Amino acid sequence: MQAKKFIPLAAFAVLAGLLFRGLSIDPTELPVARLGQPFPDFAQPELRSGRQISVSALVERPALVNVWATWCYSCRVEHPYLLNLAEQGVPIYGLNYKDEPIKAREWLAQLGDPYQLNVVDVEGSVGLDLGVYGAPETYVLDAVGHIAHRHVGVLDEAVFQRDFSRWFPAVASPAAAAGSEGGQ
Amino acid sequence: MIPELGHVALIIAFVLAIGLAVVPMWGAMRRDVAAMNMAPSLAVGVTVFVAVAFALLALSFLQDDFSVAVVAANSNSLLPPIFKFSALWGNHEGSLLLWVLILSGWMTAVATFSRGLPLMMVARVLSVMGMVAVGFLAFSLLTSNPFERLLPNTPLDGNDLNPLLQDPGLIIHPPLLYMGYVGLSVPFAFAIAALMGGRLDASWARWSRPWTNVAWGFLSLGIMLGSWWAYYELGWGGWWFWDPVENASFMPWLMGTALVHSLAVTEKRGVFRSWTVLLAIFAFSLSLLGTFLVRSGVLTSVHAFAADPERGLFILIFLALVVGGSLLLYALRAPSVASRVSYAGVSRESLLMINNLVFMVSTIVVLLGTLFPLIMDAFSLGKYSVGPPYFNAVFVPLMALVMPFMAVGPLSRWREDTTRRWLYELLVPGLGVLVVAIVLAFLGSDGFNVWIALAVLLAGWVAVGVFKDLWRRIATGTEGGLTWRRLTPSFLGMALAHLGFAAVVLGAVVVSQENQERDLRMAVGDVETLGAYRFELMSLGQQAGPNYLADQAVFEVRRDQELIGVLVPEKRRYFASGQIMTEAAIDASLWRDLYIALGEPIGEQAWAVRLQYKPMVRWLWLGALMIGLGALVTALDRRYRSQRSTVPVAEPGVAAVAG
Amino acid sequence: MKSALKGLMSAMICGHLWIAPVAMAVIETYEFSSPELELRYQQLSQELRCPKCQNQNIADSNAPIARDLRVVLYEQLEQGATDDEILAFMVARYGEFVRYRPGVDRNTILLWAAPGLLLILGAAGLLFHFRQRPDAPVSDLTEAEQTEIARLLGEPQD
Repeated sequence: MQAKKFIPLAAFAVLAGLLFRGLSIDPTELPVARLGQPFPDFAQPELRSGRQISVSALVERPALVNVWATWCYSCRVEHPYLLNLAEQGVPIYGLNYKDEPIKAREWLAQLGDPYQLNVVDVEGSVGLDLGVYGAPETYVLDAVGHIAHRHVGVLDEAVFQRDFSRWFPAVASPAAAAGSEGGQ
Repeated sequence: MIPELGHVALIIAFVLAIGLAVVPMWGAMRRDVAAMNMAPSLAVGVTVFVAVAFALLALSFLQDDFSVAVVAANSNSLLPPIFKFSALWGNHEGSLLLWVLILSGWMTAVATFSRGLPLMMVARVLSVMGMVAVGFLAFSLLTSNPFERLLPNTPLDGNDLNPLLQDPGLIIHPPLLYMGYVGLSVPFAFAIAALMGGRLDASWARWSRPWTNVAWGFLSLGIMLGSWWAYYELGWGGWWFWDPVENASFMPWLMGTALVHSLAVTEKRGVFRSWTVLLAIFAFSLSLLGTFLVRSGVLTSVHAFAADPERGLFILIFLALVVGGSLLLYALRAPSVASRVSYAGVSRESLLMINNLVFMVSTIVVLLGTLFPLIMDAFSLGKYSVGPPYFNAVFVPLMALVMPFMAVGPLSRWREDTTRRWLYELLVPGLGVLVVAIVLAFLGSDGFNVWIALAVLLAGWVAVGVFKDLWRRIATGTEGGLTWRRLTPSFLGMALAHLGFAAVVLGAVVVSQENQERDLRMAVGDVETLGAYRFELMSLGQQAGPNYLADQAVFEVRRDQELIGVLVPEKRRYFASGQIMTEAAIDASLWRDLYIALGEPIGEQAWAVRLQYKPMVRWLWLGALMIGLGALVTALDRRYRSQRSTVPVAEPGVAAVAG
Repeated sequence: MKSALKGLMSAMICGHLWIAPVAMAVIETYEFSSPELELRYQQLSQELRCPKCQNQNIADSNAPIARDLRVVLYEQLEQGATDDEILAFMVARYGEFVRYRPGVDRNTILLWAAPGLLLILGAAGLLFHFRQRPDAPVSDLTEAEQTEIARLLGEPQD
C-alpha cells in the first residue's frame, strides 16, 4: 500500500467538503461593491421641492437610503414598515429609482411619507453609481456617511433586527417582546 | 389510479434494486453460484418495473392528468402530444425517472451481452450498477416523487412546458445525453468489480472497452445536440456558453476521452492499469457531480432545474458514498506497480500518456473554473464570475497542445518507435498542410488571420495522420496491391472520430474568427447587406400555431441577384404562459449559415433585426456527429464479439446491438 | 430550502421572475461612429455579467439592469473610454462579479496559473516516470500478480 494511492480520495474529500459548504451559500446574493465608501455624489432634483440637491443634502447620520419606485410591488409591501421606522426616529432618504415623479408624489400622498427627502433618479444614473440592480434595496449610511450595508429585497422587522439594529440601537423591537424572534 | 400504480412500480423496482445490490455481491463473496446467478434476472426485473413506472407517468402526461403535480407544472392541454410526452423529462422529477430508466436499460444490456464473461465478474458488475440504481431510486422516491398528486386542488389546466423546451431537439437531447452520462456507470462498475476481484488485467479492459466507447459516443452526440439546439433555439446564434450545466456534461466527456484512450493501452499492452481504473471512476464520478451541480443550486446557471439544497444534500451524500467508497477501494486494492510491460519514451504508449495528461488537466481546469466562484464564496473571499473568456483562454491552448500528438499516435508503434520514423511518415504531408494553412488564412475577411492558419494547420495535421494510417493499412496487400482487410471497425471508428475532432476545431475557430453580425432596424422594403449577401424584408405578418401566436417577417436573401432563400424568423407568444420566444430563421449549408432573428418591434412597420453570417458553423456539429458515430462504430469490432465466443451458440448481431 | 425560497423571493421583489431568461434575443440598434467601436462593444458586452441574472452576459439579457449597463457601455465607448476604464467603472459599482474574465489578483492567481502549473507538474511526473522506469523494482508485485507468476512458472500451488 502506498500513500500516493490515497491522493484521489483526499482530493475528493476536499471537494465534497466544499460542495457541502456550497449548499448553505446563496450564489445569487451579491455584496455591495461600494462598501466602506462615501455615498457617490450626484446632482438631481428633490421629489417634493424640485430643487437641485447633491450628496451634501444627506446630512443625518447614521441613516437609511431606500431605493424605491411605484412600479415595484414589493416596495408597497415594505412601505408601512418604513413609516414605522421613520416614526421611531430613523432618518430615511429615498432614491426614487427609474420612476415618474408625478406618480411617486401621488404614492407618498396616499401612503404616507417616511422620507427626509427623495432623490429623483429618472434615468437610474444615481442607482448605477450606487450599484443598484433592482428595487427595493436599502443601504445604511454609517456615522461618517460611508455605505456600511445593503439589503436587497423587502425590509421588515426581522431583517432590520438582524442586520440593521447595530447602527440604530434605539429602534424598539416589539416583535422580540412578542417572542417571534426565533423565526430569523 | 394510474399514478399510484406507477408509484408502486417504482417502489417494487427499488426493492428489486436493493436485492441486486446485495445478493449477487454477497454471492461473489461466498462463491455462491446460485446467488450470483440471480444478478441478470434481478437487473431485468428492475428494468421492467422502472419501465412500467415510466410508461405510467407518460400516460399521465398524455392524458392531461393535472392532478399529478409534475404534469400540472410542466404540461398543458394545448400542448402537441409529442411535447406532452417529452415534457416528462423537461423537469427535475421526470428527468430523474428517465435517468433511472436508462441506467436500468444499461444494466439489462450488460446482463444480456456479458454471458461469456466469468460469472463472478458479471455478478459484481451488475451488483455495483444495482447500488447506483438504489441511490437514484431512493432519491426519486424520497425527495422527488414524480407521482405526487395535487389533491383535492386539481388545477383545470397545466402550467405549460417552457416554450424553449417545445422543440424536437429537446425530445432527443436529454435521452442521448443521459445514455452517455449513465452509460459511464458501466466502465465504472467494471472497474470496481475488477478492483474487488484483484484482476486488473487486459481482459478487464477488453470487456469494458466497447461499453465505454458506446457510452462516450452517446455523450458526444448528446452534447452535440445540446449545442445545436442552443444555436437555433436561443436566438442569438451562440453554440457553447461554458455555463455550469454545460460544463457538467463536458467534464465527464473530457475524462471519458482520456478513458477511451487509456483503455486502449490497457487492453493492447496491459499497462496504465491504475490510471485506467482511476479514469473510469473519475468519469462516472463527474457525471454524478454534474447531477449534483445541476440539481442542487450551488451554482447559478441559465438552465438549472429548480434549485433545492435539500435534494442537493441527498445527492451529495450519495456522491460521497459512491465516489468516496470507490476511491477508498482504489487506494486499498489498486496494483502497486504501474506497469509490468516496459515501453520506451518514444512509443505509442507515451503519446497516449500525453493524451491522458492533457485531457485530465483540461478536466481539472474546467472543474476549477466551474467551482471557482463557489470556492471564493466558501472562504468569504468575494464574489467572482468565471465565464467564456477564461475558459476559452485556457482550454483552446490545451487542445492545441494535444493535436500535434494526435496525428502521430495512430501511426506510431507500440513499445518502441523512433522520431526519425515519425518524421519520415509525416514530414512531407506536414509541410504540405503548413502551406495550405498559410494560403487559406489569407481568405478571411480582413487579411491574414493567424488563428485560422493555426486551426487549419492543426486540423490538417490530424487529418494527415488519419489518411496516412488509412493508406498504410490499405497498401499492404500482396505485390503492392490493395487490401481492405485491415480496415477494422475499431480503426474506422477511430479515424472517423479523429477527423471529427479536426472538423470541430476547424469549425469552432473559423466561426469565432469570421462570424459577422449586424443589429439593424428594418422596415418592409429595406435592404441590408452582410458580406456578399443582400437581405430584403418583404413583408410582415402573423401566423397562429397550435398553442402560440407568431409575428413573422419574410426575408428574401440574394447573392449576386440570385435568390438564395426565403427566411421567415418569428417572434412567438405562447398562450398558456404568456412567454415570448424568438424563433430564428436559418439558411444552413456546409460552408456557411445565414441567421436572422427578430428583436422588438420599432414602431408600427419596423423591427429590430439581427443578421448573422456564420461560416463553417455546421462543421462543429458534423464533427461532433463523426466523433459520436466513430465511437459507436469501434464497438462493432470483431474482437469484442470473439470474447463471447465461449458461449456455444454465438448470437448473430449481438455485438451490433451492443453498439 | 430556506435559501431556495430566498432566491425566489429576491427574484420576485425586483418585479421580474427570470424563469426562462434565455427565451428572447436582445437586439438593439445602436449606431456606432466606427466599426472598431462596434466590435469592442460586442466583445465587452459579452464579457460583462448581468449582476442580477442567472448566468448571462449583459449582451444576452433582457433584464432592465443589463439594458442600463449596455447604454453605459455604449456611451462610454463613444466618449473614448478604454476597455480598462470601462471595466474599472463597472467593477467599482457592481464588484468583481461583473467580470466574466476575472482580473488577476491575489485570489485569482491560482485560477489563472492552474493550467500551466498542472501541465508542468504532469510533464515532470511523466519525465520522472521515464527516467526512473528502467530500474523500477520488479519485486514490488501485488499478491495476485505473484500468484499469477507462480502459476505461470508452474510452481506448486498451496
